[in-house]
Amino acid sequence: MTALLRFLTRRALQAVPLLLVVSVLVFALIHAAPGGPLAIYLANPNVRPADIERLRRALGLDRPLWQQYWTWLWAFAQGDWGYSFSDGRPVAERVIERLPATIELVGVSIVCAIGLTAPAGIVAALRRGRWFDRVATITSVAGLSLPAFWFGLLLQIVFAVGLGWLPSSGRSTPGGSDAVDHLAHLVLPTAVLTIVLASGWSRYLRGSMIEALAQPFILSTRARGVPPRRVILRHALRNALGPLIALITVDAALLVSGAVVTESVFAWPGLGSLFTEALARRDYTVLMALLMLSASAVVVFNVVADFAHALIDPRVPAVS
Amino acid sequence: MRVPVVVFVALLAAAVAAPILTPYSPERIDLSSRRSAPSAAHVFGTDELGRDVFSRVMFGARVSLAVGLFSAAVAGASGVAIGGIAGYAGGALDAALMRGTDAMLAIPRLPLLMIAAVVLQPSIAWLIVLIGLAGWMETARVVRAELRTLRGTGFVESARAAGASHARVLVSHLLPNAAQAIAVSVTLAVARGILLESALSFFGVGVRPPAASWGNMLYQAQAALGSEPWLAVAPGLFILMTTMSVALMGDRLAVSTPPHPAEALSTRKQLPATSRLG
Repeated sequence: MTALLRFLTRRALQAVPLLLVVSVLVFALIHAAPGGPLAIYLANPNVRPADIERLRRALGLDRPLWQQYWTWLWAFAQGDWGYSFSDGRPVAERVIERLPATIELVGVSIVCAIGLTAPAGIVAALRRGRWFDRVATITSVAGLSLPAFWFGLLLQIVFAVGLGWLPSSGRSTPGGSDAVDHLAHLVLPTAVLTIVLASGWSRYLRGSMIEALAQPFILSTRARGVPPRRVILRHALRNALGPLIALITVDAALLVSGAVVTESVFAWPGLGSLFTEALARRDYTVLMALLMLSASAVVVFNVVADFAHALIDPRVPAVS
Repeated sequence: MRVPVVVFVALLAAAVAAPILTPYSPERIDLSSRRSAPSAAHVFGTDELGRDVFSRVMFGARVSLAVGLFSAAVAGASGVAIGGIAGYAGGALDAALMRGTDAMLAIPRLPLLMIAAVVLQPSIAWLIVLIGLAGWMETARVVRAELRTLRGTGFVESARAAGASHARVLVSHLLPNAAQAIAVSVTLAVARGILLESALSFFGVGVRPPAASWGNMLYQAQAALGSEPWLAVAPGLFILMTTMSVALMGDRLAVSTPPHPAEALSTRKQLPATSRLG
Protein backbone atom coordinates (compact mmCIF):
# COMPACT_ATOMS: atom_id res chain seq x y z
CA MET A 1 0.00 0.00 0.00
CA THR A 2 2.77 2.42 0.87
CA ALA A 3 4.58 1.28 -2.27
CA LEU A 4 1.52 2.19 -4.33
CA LEU A 5 1.28 5.54 -2.57
CA ARG A 6 4.95 6.24 -3.22
CA PHE A 7 4.50 5.28 -6.89
CA LEU A 8 1.52 7.59 -7.32
CA THR A 9 3.20 10.49 -5.50
CA ARG A 10 6.31 10.17 -7.64
CA ARG A 11 4.37 10.02 -10.88
CA ALA A 12 2.27 13.03 -9.83
CA LEU A 13 5.43 14.99 -9.04
CA GLN A 14 6.88 14.07 -12.45
CA ALA A 15 3.67 15.17 -14.15
CA VAL A 16 3.77 18.73 -12.79
CA PRO A 17 6.89 19.99 -14.63
CA LEU A 18 5.78 18.13 -17.77
CA LEU A 19 2.41 19.87 -17.82
CA LEU A 20 4.11 23.20 -17.09
CA VAL A 21 6.33 22.75 -20.17
CA VAL A 22 3.25 21.85 -22.21
CA SER A 23 1.38 24.92 -21.00
CA VAL A 24 4.28 27.28 -21.78
CA LEU A 25 4.63 25.81 -25.30
CA VAL A 26 0.95 26.02 -26.12
CA PHE A 27 0.49 29.45 -24.52
CA ALA A 28 3.45 30.86 -26.45
CA LEU A 29 2.18 29.37 -29.73
CA ILE A 30 -1.31 30.78 -29.30
CA HIS A 31 0.00 34.25 -28.50
CA ALA A 32 2.44 34.16 -31.44
CA ALA A 33 -0.42 35.12 -33.76
CA PRO A 34 0.24 38.48 -35.41
CA GLY A 35 -2.23 40.82 -33.75
CA GLY A 36 -2.77 38.38 -30.91
CA PRO A 37 -5.96 36.51 -30.16
CA LEU A 38 -8.03 39.49 -31.28
CA ALA A 39 -6.56 39.44 -34.80
CA ILE A 40 -9.82 38.08 -36.16
CA TYR A 41 -11.60 41.33 -35.21
CA LEU A 42 -9.01 43.56 -36.88
CA ALA A 43 -10.31 42.59 -40.32
CA ASN A 44 -13.96 43.08 -39.32
CA PRO A 45 -15.21 46.51 -40.47
CA ASN A 46 -18.08 46.36 -37.97
CA VAL A 47 -15.74 46.39 -34.99
CA ARG A 48 -14.32 49.85 -34.21
CA PRO A 49 -10.64 50.17 -33.17
CA ALA A 50 -11.80 51.65 -29.83
CA ASP A 51 -13.86 48.52 -29.16
CA ILE A 52 -10.89 46.29 -29.90
CA GLU A 53 -8.79 48.32 -27.48
CA ARG A 54 -11.49 48.03 -24.80
CA LEU A 55 -11.75 44.28 -25.40
CA ARG A 56 -7.97 43.95 -25.26
CA ARG A 57 -7.92 45.62 -21.83
CA ALA A 58 -10.93 43.70 -20.56
CA LEU A 59 -9.31 40.38 -21.50
CA GLY A 60 -5.96 41.46 -20.06
CA LEU A 61 -4.25 41.19 -23.44
CA ASP A 62 -2.55 44.59 -23.01
CA ARG A 63 -0.30 43.30 -20.24
CA PRO A 64 3.13 41.67 -20.74
CA LEU A 65 2.93 38.09 -21.93
CA TRP A 66 4.52 36.56 -18.82
CA GLN A 67 1.98 38.36 -16.61
CA GLN A 68 -0.85 36.99 -18.74
CA TYR A 69 0.65 33.54 -18.44
CA TRP A 70 0.92 33.76 -14.66
CA THR A 71 -2.67 34.94 -14.35
CA TRP A 72 -3.85 32.14 -16.60
CA LEU A 73 -1.74 29.52 -14.79
CA TRP A 74 -2.84 30.62 -11.31
CA ALA A 75 -6.51 30.54 -12.30
CA PHE A 76 -6.16 27.27 -14.23
CA ALA A 77 -4.45 25.54 -11.30
CA GLN A 78 -7.44 26.50 -9.16
CA GLY A 79 -9.89 25.07 -11.65
CA ASP A 80 -10.88 28.39 -13.24
CA TRP A 81 -10.52 27.83 -16.98
CA GLY A 82 -11.70 31.31 -17.95
CA TYR A 83 -14.44 32.35 -20.34
CA SER A 84 -14.94 31.45 -23.97
CA PHE A 85 -13.93 34.25 -26.35
CA SER A 86 -16.76 33.41 -28.71
CA ASP A 87 -19.81 33.22 -26.48
CA GLY A 88 -18.66 34.43 -23.07
CA ARG A 89 -19.69 31.27 -21.24
CA PRO A 90 -17.32 29.56 -18.79
CA VAL A 91 -14.91 27.28 -20.67
CA ALA A 92 -15.41 24.49 -18.12
CA GLU A 93 -19.15 24.54 -18.81
CA ARG A 94 -18.61 24.24 -22.57
CA VAL A 95 -16.14 21.39 -22.11
CA ILE A 96 -18.31 19.44 -19.67
CA GLU A 97 -21.42 19.64 -21.87
CA ARG A 98 -19.42 18.04 -24.75
CA LEU A 99 -17.83 15.32 -22.64
CA PRO A 100 -20.71 12.77 -22.68
CA ALA A 101 -20.82 12.63 -26.50
CA THR A 102 -17.07 11.97 -26.71
CA ILE A 103 -17.12 9.36 -23.96
CA GLU A 104 -20.01 7.61 -25.70
CA LEU A 105 -18.32 7.52 -29.13
CA VAL A 106 -14.84 6.65 -27.92
CA GLY A 107 -16.11 4.21 -25.28
CA VAL A 108 -18.24 2.24 -27.73
CA SER A 109 -15.38 2.27 -30.27
CA ILE A 110 -12.92 0.93 -27.71
CA VAL A 111 -15.26 -1.93 -26.81
CA CYS A 112 -15.83 -2.77 -30.51
CA ALA A 113 -12.10 -2.53 -31.22
CA ILE A 114 -11.28 -4.92 -28.38
CA GLY A 115 -13.90 -7.32 -29.75
CA LEU A 116 -12.18 -7.19 -33.14
CA THR A 117 -8.61 -7.24 -31.82
CA ALA A 118 -8.85 -10.32 -29.63
CA PRO A 119 -9.86 -12.89 -32.27
CA ALA A 120 -7.92 -11.22 -35.11
CA GLY A 121 -4.66 -10.97 -33.17
CA ILE A 122 -4.83 -14.45 -31.64
CA VAL A 123 -5.86 -16.29 -34.80
CA ALA A 124 -3.28 -14.43 -36.90
CA ALA A 125 -0.55 -15.45 -34.45
CA LEU A 126 -1.68 -19.10 -34.46
CA ARG A 127 -1.95 -19.23 -38.27
CA ARG A 128 1.25 -17.32 -38.81
CA GLY A 129 2.07 -16.93 -42.51
CA ARG A 130 -1.21 -18.51 -43.65
CA TRP A 131 -3.94 -16.67 -45.54
CA PHE A 132 -5.81 -15.44 -42.47
CA ASP A 133 -2.63 -13.92 -41.09
CA ARG A 134 -1.79 -12.29 -44.42
CA VAL A 135 -5.24 -10.78 -44.80
CA ALA A 136 -5.22 -9.58 -41.17
CA THR A 137 -1.74 -8.09 -41.53
CA ILE A 138 -2.52 -6.24 -44.75
CA THR A 139 -5.82 -5.03 -43.29
CA SER A 140 -4.14 -3.69 -40.18
CA VAL A 141 -1.38 -1.94 -42.14
CA ALA A 142 -4.12 -0.40 -44.30
CA GLY A 143 -6.00 0.64 -41.16
CA LEU A 144 -2.90 2.27 -39.72
CA SER A 145 -2.12 4.07 -42.99
CA LEU A 146 -5.71 5.08 -43.61
CA PRO A 147 -6.57 8.77 -43.58
CA ALA A 148 -9.49 8.53 -41.14
CA PHE A 149 -11.28 11.54 -42.61
CA TRP A 150 -11.28 9.97 -46.07
CA PHE A 151 -12.62 6.67 -44.74
CA GLY A 152 -15.34 8.69 -43.04
CA LEU A 153 -16.23 10.42 -46.32
CA LEU A 154 -16.39 7.06 -48.13
CA LEU A 155 -18.74 5.63 -45.49
CA GLN A 156 -20.92 8.73 -45.81
CA ILE A 157 -21.02 8.40 -49.61
CA VAL A 158 -21.96 4.73 -49.50
CA PHE A 159 -24.21 4.36 -46.46
CA ALA A 160 -25.72 7.83 -46.04
CA VAL A 161 -25.87 9.37 -49.51
CA GLY A 162 -25.97 6.26 -51.72
CA LEU A 163 -27.95 3.67 -49.81
CA GLY A 164 -29.61 6.07 -47.39
CA TRP A 165 -29.44 3.51 -44.61
CA LEU A 166 -27.77 5.67 -41.98
CA PRO A 167 -27.63 9.36 -41.11
CA SER A 168 -24.43 11.07 -42.29
CA SER A 169 -23.81 13.33 -39.31
CA GLY A 170 -24.85 14.49 -35.86
CA ARG A 171 -25.80 12.58 -32.74
CA SER A 172 -29.58 12.49 -33.20
CA THR A 173 -32.27 13.76 -35.53
CA PRO A 174 -33.54 17.12 -34.27
CA GLY A 175 -36.80 16.50 -32.44
CA GLY A 176 -36.46 12.74 -32.42
CA SER A 177 -34.76 11.13 -29.46
CA ASP A 178 -35.55 7.42 -29.57
CA ALA A 179 -32.85 4.84 -29.03
CA VAL A 180 -32.86 3.48 -32.61
CA ASP A 181 -32.25 6.95 -34.05
CA HIS A 182 -29.44 7.51 -31.58
CA LEU A 183 -27.84 4.17 -32.40
CA ALA A 184 -28.08 4.82 -36.14
CA HIS A 185 -26.10 8.05 -35.71
CA LEU A 186 -23.47 6.20 -33.73
CA VAL A 187 -22.72 3.51 -36.33
CA LEU A 188 -20.55 5.31 -38.92
CA PRO A 189 -18.29 7.33 -36.59
CA THR A 190 -17.84 4.25 -34.43
CA ALA A 191 -16.84 2.22 -37.50
CA VAL A 192 -14.10 4.72 -38.39
CA LEU A 193 -12.69 4.95 -34.88
CA THR A 194 -12.91 1.18 -34.34
CA ILE A 195 -10.85 0.49 -37.48
CA VAL A 196 -8.24 3.07 -36.48
CA LEU A 197 -7.88 1.60 -32.97
CA ALA A 198 -8.19 -2.10 -33.78
CA SER A 199 -5.61 -2.05 -36.57
CA GLY A 200 -2.87 -0.91 -34.20
CA TRP A 201 -3.92 -3.15 -31.34
CA SER A 202 -4.34 -6.37 -33.35
CA ARG A 203 -0.89 -5.98 -34.91
CA TYR A 204 0.54 -5.55 -31.47
CA LEU A 205 -1.35 -8.52 -30.05
CA ARG A 206 -0.25 -10.73 -32.97
CA GLY A 207 3.38 -9.82 -32.36
CA SER A 208 3.31 -10.43 -28.62
CA MET A 209 1.31 -13.68 -29.04
CA ILE A 210 3.94 -15.00 -31.47
CA GLU A 211 6.62 -14.05 -28.96
CA ALA A 212 4.75 -15.70 -26.09
CA LEU A 213 4.03 -18.90 -28.06
CA ALA A 214 7.74 -19.29 -28.78
CA GLN A 215 8.63 -19.37 -25.06
CA PRO A 216 9.87 -22.69 -23.64
CA PHE A 217 7.12 -22.80 -20.99
CA ILE A 218 4.49 -23.12 -23.73
CA LEU A 219 6.23 -26.25 -25.00
CA SER A 220 6.44 -27.70 -21.51
CA THR A 221 2.78 -26.88 -20.82
CA ARG A 222 1.82 -28.64 -24.06
CA ALA A 223 4.01 -31.61 -23.14
CA ARG A 224 2.20 -31.92 -19.81
CA GLY A 225 -0.97 -32.57 -21.81
CA VAL A 226 -2.76 -29.30 -21.13
CA PRO A 227 -5.50 -28.86 -23.77
CA PRO A 228 -4.44 -26.49 -26.63
CA ARG A 229 -7.29 -24.04 -25.99
CA ARG A 230 -6.16 -23.70 -22.39
CA VAL A 231 -2.51 -23.31 -23.41
CA ILE A 232 -3.42 -20.49 -25.78
CA LEU A 233 -5.88 -18.61 -23.61
CA ARG A 234 -4.52 -19.17 -20.10
CA HIS A 235 -0.79 -19.34 -20.71
CA ALA A 236 0.20 -17.60 -23.95
CA LEU A 237 -2.49 -14.90 -23.95
CA ARG A 238 -1.92 -14.12 -20.29
CA ASN A 239 1.69 -13.33 -21.17
CA ALA A 240 0.85 -11.27 -24.22
CA LEU A 241 -1.87 -9.30 -22.48
CA GLY A 242 0.11 -6.95 -20.24
CA PRO A 243 1.67 -4.70 -22.90
CA LEU A 244 -1.56 -4.77 -24.95
CA ILE A 245 -3.64 -3.58 -22.01
CA ALA A 246 -1.08 -0.84 -21.42
CA LEU A 247 -1.38 0.22 -25.08
CA ILE A 248 -5.19 0.20 -24.95
CA THR A 249 -5.12 2.30 -21.78
CA VAL A 250 -2.79 4.85 -23.38
CA ASP A 251 -5.10 5.11 -26.41
CA ALA A 252 -8.10 5.43 -24.08
CA ALA A 253 -6.93 8.98 -23.34
CA LEU A 254 -9.10 9.78 -26.39
CA LEU A 255 -12.06 9.44 -23.99
CA VAL A 256 -11.13 12.78 -22.48
CA SER A 257 -9.31 14.47 -25.36
CA GLY A 258 -11.80 13.75 -28.12
CA ALA A 259 -11.39 12.22 -31.57
CA VAL A 260 -10.79 15.41 -33.55
CA VAL A 261 -10.87 13.92 -37.06
CA THR A 262 -13.76 11.47 -36.67
CA GLU A 263 -15.94 13.86 -34.69
CA SER A 264 -15.42 16.67 -37.19
CA VAL A 265 -16.21 14.57 -40.25
CA PHE A 266 -19.45 13.31 -38.70
CA ALA A 267 -20.31 16.54 -36.83
CA TRP A 268 -20.41 14.47 -33.65
CA PRO A 269 -20.94 17.04 -30.89
CA GLY A 270 -18.04 16.00 -28.66
CA LEU A 271 -14.75 17.55 -27.56
CA GLY A 272 -13.10 16.94 -30.95
CA SER A 273 -15.74 19.04 -32.70
CA LEU A 274 -15.47 21.64 -29.95
CA PHE A 275 -11.79 21.91 -30.83
CA THR A 276 -12.37 22.52 -34.56
CA GLU A 277 -15.18 24.99 -33.79
CA ALA A 278 -12.98 26.87 -31.32
CA LEU A 279 -10.15 26.92 -33.86
CA ALA A 280 -12.39 28.39 -36.57
CA ARG A 281 -13.44 31.17 -34.17
CA ARG A 282 -9.95 31.67 -32.71
CA ASP A 283 -11.45 30.93 -29.31
CA TYR A 284 -8.09 30.76 -27.56
CA THR A 285 -9.27 30.13 -23.99
CA VAL A 286 -11.18 27.05 -25.16
CA LEU A 287 -8.22 25.83 -27.28
CA MET A 288 -5.83 26.27 -24.36
CA ALA A 289 -8.13 24.35 -22.01
CA LEU A 290 -8.67 21.52 -24.52
CA LEU A 291 -4.95 21.04 -25.16
CA MET A 292 -4.17 21.07 -21.43
CA LEU A 293 -6.98 18.57 -20.87
CA SER A 294 -5.58 16.28 -23.60
CA ALA A 295 -2.03 16.47 -22.25
CA SER A 296 -3.24 15.77 -18.69
CA ALA A 297 -5.28 12.84 -19.98
CA VAL A 298 -2.20 11.40 -21.71
CA VAL A 299 -0.20 11.72 -18.48
CA VAL A 300 -2.90 10.19 -16.27
CA PHE A 301 -3.67 7.35 -18.68
CA ASN A 302 0.04 6.56 -18.95
CA VAL A 303 0.21 6.16 -15.17
CA VAL A 304 -2.89 3.96 -15.24
CA ALA A 305 -1.31 1.95 -18.09
CA ASP A 306 1.84 1.29 -16.07
CA PHE A 307 -0.26 0.28 -13.13
CA ALA A 308 -2.53 -2.00 -15.17
CA HIS A 309 0.49 -3.63 -16.80
CA ALA A 310 1.94 -4.37 -13.36
CA LEU A 311 -1.38 -5.79 -12.14
CA ILE A 312 -1.65 -8.18 -15.11
CA ASP A 313 1.99 -9.17 -15.20
CA PRO A 314 3.60 -9.87 -11.81
CA ARG A 315 7.08 -9.72 -13.39
CA VAL A 316 6.66 -5.98 -13.95
CA PRO A 317 7.38 -4.08 -10.74
CA ALA A 318 4.56 -1.63 -10.05
CA VAL A 319 6.79 0.81 -8.27
CA SER A 320 9.50 1.00 -10.90
CA MET B 1 7.29 -8.20 -51.02
CA ARG B 2 8.75 -5.93 -53.68
CA VAL B 3 5.31 -4.40 -54.23
CA PRO B 4 5.58 -1.49 -51.75
CA VAL B 5 8.92 -0.38 -53.22
CA VAL B 6 7.57 -0.54 -56.77
CA VAL B 7 4.43 1.41 -55.80
CA PHE B 8 6.41 4.07 -53.98
CA VAL B 9 8.94 4.53 -56.79
CA ALA B 10 6.09 4.70 -59.31
CA LEU B 11 4.41 7.42 -57.23
CA LEU B 12 7.67 9.34 -56.99
CA ALA B 13 8.20 9.05 -60.75
CA ALA B 14 4.63 10.17 -61.40
CA ALA B 15 5.14 13.20 -59.16
CA VAL B 16 8.36 14.16 -60.92
CA ALA B 17 6.90 13.59 -64.38
CA ALA B 18 3.55 15.20 -63.57
CA PRO B 19 3.77 17.88 -66.30
CA ILE B 20 4.38 15.20 -68.95
CA LEU B 21 1.79 12.73 -67.69
CA THR B 22 -1.09 15.11 -67.30
CA PRO B 23 -3.33 16.03 -70.22
CA TYR B 24 -4.35 19.38 -68.67
CA SER B 25 -2.86 22.02 -66.41
CA PRO B 26 -3.97 21.33 -62.83
CA GLU B 27 -5.25 24.87 -62.49
CA ARG B 28 -6.91 25.15 -65.91
CA ILE B 29 -10.50 26.21 -65.34
CA ASP B 30 -12.96 24.92 -67.93
CA LEU B 31 -16.44 26.12 -67.14
CA SER B 32 -17.96 24.19 -70.04
CA SER B 33 -17.11 20.83 -68.43
CA ARG B 34 -17.74 21.44 -64.75
CA ARG B 35 -18.64 18.61 -62.38
CA SER B 36 -18.36 15.92 -65.05
CA ALA B 37 -18.15 12.30 -63.95
CA PRO B 38 -15.10 10.21 -64.87
CA SER B 39 -14.89 9.74 -68.66
CA ALA B 40 -12.30 9.09 -71.36
CA ALA B 41 -11.40 12.79 -71.48
CA HIS B 42 -11.22 13.14 -67.71
CA VAL B 43 -10.39 9.76 -66.14
CA PHE B 44 -11.06 10.96 -62.57
CA GLY B 45 -13.73 13.50 -63.56
CA THR B 46 -13.67 17.26 -63.06
CA ASP B 47 -14.39 19.51 -60.09
CA GLU B 48 -16.75 22.46 -59.62
CA LEU B 49 -14.49 24.72 -61.72
CA GLY B 50 -14.02 22.16 -64.50
CA ARG B 51 -10.44 21.39 -63.45
CA ASP B 52 -9.20 17.92 -64.34
CA VAL B 53 -9.03 15.80 -61.18
CA PHE B 54 -6.40 13.42 -62.61
CA SER B 55 -4.03 16.33 -63.31
CA ARG B 56 -4.66 17.74 -59.84
CA VAL B 57 -3.98 14.35 -58.24
CA MET B 58 -0.67 14.04 -60.13
CA PHE B 59 0.45 17.53 -59.15
CA GLY B 60 -0.89 16.95 -55.63
CA ALA B 61 1.52 14.01 -55.42
CA ARG B 62 4.39 16.50 -55.61
CA VAL B 63 3.09 18.38 -52.57
CA SER B 64 2.25 15.30 -50.54
CA LEU B 65 5.50 13.46 -51.24
CA ALA B 66 7.63 16.58 -50.75
CA VAL B 67 5.95 17.30 -47.42
CA GLY B 68 6.27 13.67 -46.34
CA LEU B 69 9.93 13.24 -47.30
CA PHE B 70 11.25 16.64 -46.23
CA SER B 71 9.29 16.80 -42.98
CA ALA B 72 10.68 13.35 -42.14
CA ALA B 73 14.16 14.70 -42.89
CA VAL B 74 13.58 17.61 -40.49
CA ALA B 75 12.13 15.25 -37.88
CA GLY B 76 14.97 12.76 -38.34
CA ALA B 77 17.73 15.37 -38.13
CA SER B 78 16.25 16.99 -35.01
CA GLY B 79 15.54 13.62 -33.45
CA VAL B 80 19.07 12.33 -34.07
CA ALA B 81 20.57 15.55 -32.69
CA ILE B 82 18.41 15.63 -29.56
CA GLY B 83 18.47 11.89 -28.91
CA GLY B 84 22.19 11.72 -29.70
CA ILE B 85 23.10 14.49 -27.27
CA ALA B 86 20.80 13.10 -24.57
CA GLY B 87 22.06 9.55 -24.94
CA TYR B 88 25.74 10.44 -25.13
CA ALA B 89 25.82 13.14 -22.47
CA GLY B 90 23.60 11.44 -19.91
CA GLY B 91 23.01 13.11 -16.56
CA ALA B 92 21.05 16.32 -16.14
CA LEU B 93 21.12 17.24 -19.84
CA ASP B 94 19.70 13.84 -20.73
CA ALA B 95 16.98 14.18 -18.08
CA ALA B 96 16.03 17.67 -19.27
CA LEU B 97 15.91 16.69 -22.95
CA MET B 98 13.85 13.57 -22.23
CA ARG B 99 11.36 15.51 -20.10
CA GLY B 100 10.99 17.90 -23.03
CA THR B 101 10.41 14.92 -25.32
CA ASP B 102 7.75 13.56 -22.95
CA ALA B 103 6.06 16.97 -22.91
CA MET B 104 5.99 17.14 -26.71
CA LEU B 105 4.59 13.61 -26.86
CA ALA B 106 1.83 14.50 -24.41
CA ILE B 107 0.47 17.25 -26.67
CA PRO B 108 -1.86 15.81 -29.30
CA ARG B 109 0.02 16.23 -32.56
CA LEU B 110 -2.72 17.10 -35.04
CA PRO B 111 -4.48 19.69 -32.83
CA LEU B 112 -1.14 21.32 -32.03
CA LEU B 113 -0.29 21.55 -35.73
CA MET B 114 -3.76 22.86 -36.55
CA ILE B 115 -3.28 25.70 -34.06
CA ALA B 116 0.22 26.39 -35.40
CA ALA B 117 -1.10 26.45 -38.98
CA VAL B 118 -3.89 28.87 -38.08
CA VAL B 119 -1.62 31.13 -36.06
CA LEU B 120 1.40 31.18 -38.39
CA GLN B 121 -0.32 30.78 -41.80
CA PRO B 122 2.66 28.84 -43.16
CA SER B 123 3.79 28.46 -46.77
CA ILE B 124 4.42 24.87 -47.92
CA ALA B 125 8.10 25.18 -46.92
CA TRP B 126 7.16 26.30 -43.40
CA LEU B 127 4.50 23.62 -43.23
CA ILE B 128 7.26 21.06 -43.83
CA VAL B 129 9.30 22.57 -40.98
CA LEU B 130 6.30 22.62 -38.62
CA ILE B 131 5.34 19.00 -39.34
CA GLY B 132 9.00 18.01 -38.89
CA LEU B 133 9.23 19.85 -35.57
CA ALA B 134 6.14 17.99 -34.37
CA GLY B 135 7.63 14.61 -35.26
CA TRP B 136 11.17 14.31 -33.87
CA MET B 137 10.27 12.69 -30.55
CA GLU B 138 10.08 9.07 -31.66
CA THR B 139 13.47 9.24 -33.39
CA ALA B 140 15.01 10.99 -30.38
CA ARG B 141 13.81 8.25 -28.04
CA VAL B 142 15.05 5.46 -30.29
CA VAL B 143 18.48 7.05 -30.81
CA ARG B 144 18.85 7.77 -27.10
CA ALA B 145 17.92 4.19 -26.20
CA GLU B 146 20.46 2.78 -28.68
CA LEU B 147 23.18 5.07 -27.40
CA ARG B 148 22.50 4.26 -23.75
CA THR B 149 23.18 0.59 -24.43
CA LEU B 150 26.31 1.30 -26.50
CA ARG B 151 27.81 4.02 -24.32
CA GLY B 152 29.61 1.79 -21.89
CA THR B 153 30.96 -0.67 -24.46
CA GLY B 154 34.64 -1.20 -25.19
CA PHE B 155 34.84 0.35 -28.63
CA VAL B 156 33.71 3.73 -27.33
CA GLU B 157 36.37 3.62 -24.64
CA SER B 158 39.07 2.62 -27.13
CA ALA B 159 38.07 5.36 -29.58
CA ARG B 160 38.29 7.88 -26.76
CA ALA B 161 41.65 6.47 -25.68
CA ALA B 162 42.89 6.80 -29.26
CA GLY B 163 42.18 10.51 -28.96
CA ALA B 164 38.82 10.83 -30.74
CA SER B 165 36.78 13.83 -29.66
CA HIS B 166 33.28 13.39 -28.17
CA ALA B 167 31.75 14.69 -31.39
CA ARG B 168 33.73 12.17 -33.43
CA VAL B 169 32.81 9.26 -31.18
CA LEU B 170 29.16 10.25 -31.41
CA VAL B 171 29.06 10.82 -35.18
CA SER B 172 31.38 8.16 -36.56
CA HIS B 173 31.22 5.43 -33.93
CA LEU B 174 27.87 5.54 -32.17
CA LEU B 175 25.34 6.85 -34.68
CA PRO B 176 26.23 4.32 -37.43
CA ASN B 177 25.28 1.61 -34.94
CA ALA B 178 21.88 3.23 -34.55
CA ALA B 179 21.42 3.60 -38.33
CA GLN B 180 18.82 0.89 -38.72
CA ALA B 181 16.71 2.13 -35.83
CA ILE B 182 16.92 5.65 -37.25
CA ALA B 183 15.91 4.41 -40.72
CA VAL B 184 12.82 2.69 -39.33
CA SER B 185 11.66 5.70 -37.32
CA VAL B 186 12.30 8.12 -40.20
CA THR B 187 10.36 5.88 -42.60
CA LEU B 188 7.42 5.96 -40.21
CA ALA B 189 7.81 9.75 -40.06
CA VAL B 190 7.38 9.93 -43.86
CA ALA B 191 3.99 8.18 -43.66
CA ARG B 192 2.97 10.28 -40.68
CA GLY B 193 4.03 13.50 -42.41
CA ILE B 194 1.89 12.68 -45.45
CA LEU B 195 -1.10 11.87 -43.22
CA LEU B 196 -0.62 15.06 -41.16
CA GLU B 197 -0.36 17.27 -44.25
CA SER B 198 -3.47 15.72 -45.74
CA ALA B 199 -5.36 16.10 -42.45
CA LEU B 200 -4.31 19.75 -42.08
CA SER B 201 -5.28 20.48 -45.67
CA PHE B 202 -8.53 18.58 -45.19
CA PHE B 203 -9.36 20.94 -42.33
CA GLY B 204 -8.55 23.88 -44.61
CA VAL B 205 -5.47 25.04 -42.71
CA GLY B 206 -2.66 23.23 -44.58
CA VAL B 207 -1.84 23.67 -48.27
CA ARG B 208 -4.02 26.53 -49.50
CA PRO B 209 -5.89 26.59 -52.82
CA PRO B 210 -5.41 26.99 -55.73
CA ALA B 211 -2.37 24.72 -55.22
CA ALA B 212 -3.57 21.12 -55.26
CA SER B 213 -2.81 18.73 -52.44
CA TRP B 214 -4.57 15.41 -51.82
CA GLY B 215 -5.84 16.76 -48.52
CA ASN B 216 -7.30 20.01 -49.82
CA MET B 217 -8.92 18.16 -52.73
CA LEU B 218 -10.79 16.10 -50.12
CA TYR B 219 -11.67 19.34 -48.30
CA GLN B 220 -13.35 20.52 -51.53
CA ALA B 221 -14.92 17.12 -52.16
CA GLN B 222 -16.65 17.20 -48.78
CA ALA B 223 -19.00 19.95 -49.98
CA ALA B 224 -20.36 17.82 -52.85
CA LEU B 225 -20.50 14.26 -51.53
CA GLY B 226 -24.02 13.76 -52.86
CA SER B 227 -23.63 15.18 -56.36
CA GLU B 228 -19.95 14.49 -57.18
CA PRO B 229 -18.78 11.57 -55.06
CA TRP B 230 -15.91 10.82 -57.49
CA LEU B 231 -14.06 13.88 -56.20
CA ALA B 232 -13.54 12.09 -52.88
CA VAL B 233 -12.26 8.78 -54.26
CA ALA B 234 -8.99 9.37 -56.13
CA PRO B 235 -7.15 11.73 -53.70
CA GLY B 236 -7.88 9.44 -50.74
CA LEU B 237 -6.81 6.32 -52.64
CA PHE B 238 -3.51 7.98 -53.47
CA ILE B 239 -2.92 8.98 -49.86
CA LEU B 240 -3.64 5.42 -48.77
CA MET B 241 -1.41 3.91 -51.49
CA THR B 242 1.47 6.16 -50.49
CA THR B 243 1.23 5.79 -46.71
CA MET B 244 0.68 2.05 -47.00
CA SER B 245 3.68 1.46 -49.26
CA VAL B 246 5.86 3.54 -46.91
CA ALA B 247 4.54 1.69 -43.84
CA LEU B 248 5.24 -1.70 -45.45
CA MET B 249 8.77 -0.62 -46.35
CA GLY B 250 9.26 0.45 -42.74
CA ASP B 251 8.03 -2.97 -41.64
CA ARG B 252 10.60 -4.70 -43.81
CA LEU B 253 13.34 -2.56 -42.32
CA ALA B 254 12.16 -3.27 -38.79
CA VAL B 255 11.67 -7.03 -39.18
CA SER B 256 15.34 -7.68 -39.81
CA THR B 257 16.05 -6.65 -36.20
CA PRO B 258 13.69 -8.48 -33.86
CA PRO B 259 13.74 -7.05 -30.34
CA HIS B 260 15.61 -9.08 -27.76
CA PRO B 261 13.12 -11.05 -25.63
CA ALA B 262 14.49 -9.42 -22.49
CA GLU B 263 13.53 -6.04 -23.92
CA ALA B 264 9.92 -7.08 -24.32
CA LEU B 265 9.14 -6.18 -20.72
CA SER B 266 10.75 -2.78 -20.89
CA THR B 267 9.13 -1.78 -24.20
CA ARG B 268 6.27 -0.16 -22.28
CA LYS B 269 8.35 2.95 -21.85
CA GLN B 270 8.93 3.12 -25.60
CA LEU B 271 5.27 3.03 -26.55
CA PRO B 272 3.80 6.07 -28.22
CA ALA B 273 2.51 8.33 -25.48
CA THR B 274 -0.12 9.83 -27.71
CA SER B 275 -2.78 8.22 -29.78
CA ARG B 276 -3.05 8.14 -33.53
CA LEU B 277 -5.06 10.43 -35.79
CA GLY B 278 -8.47 9.43 -34.43
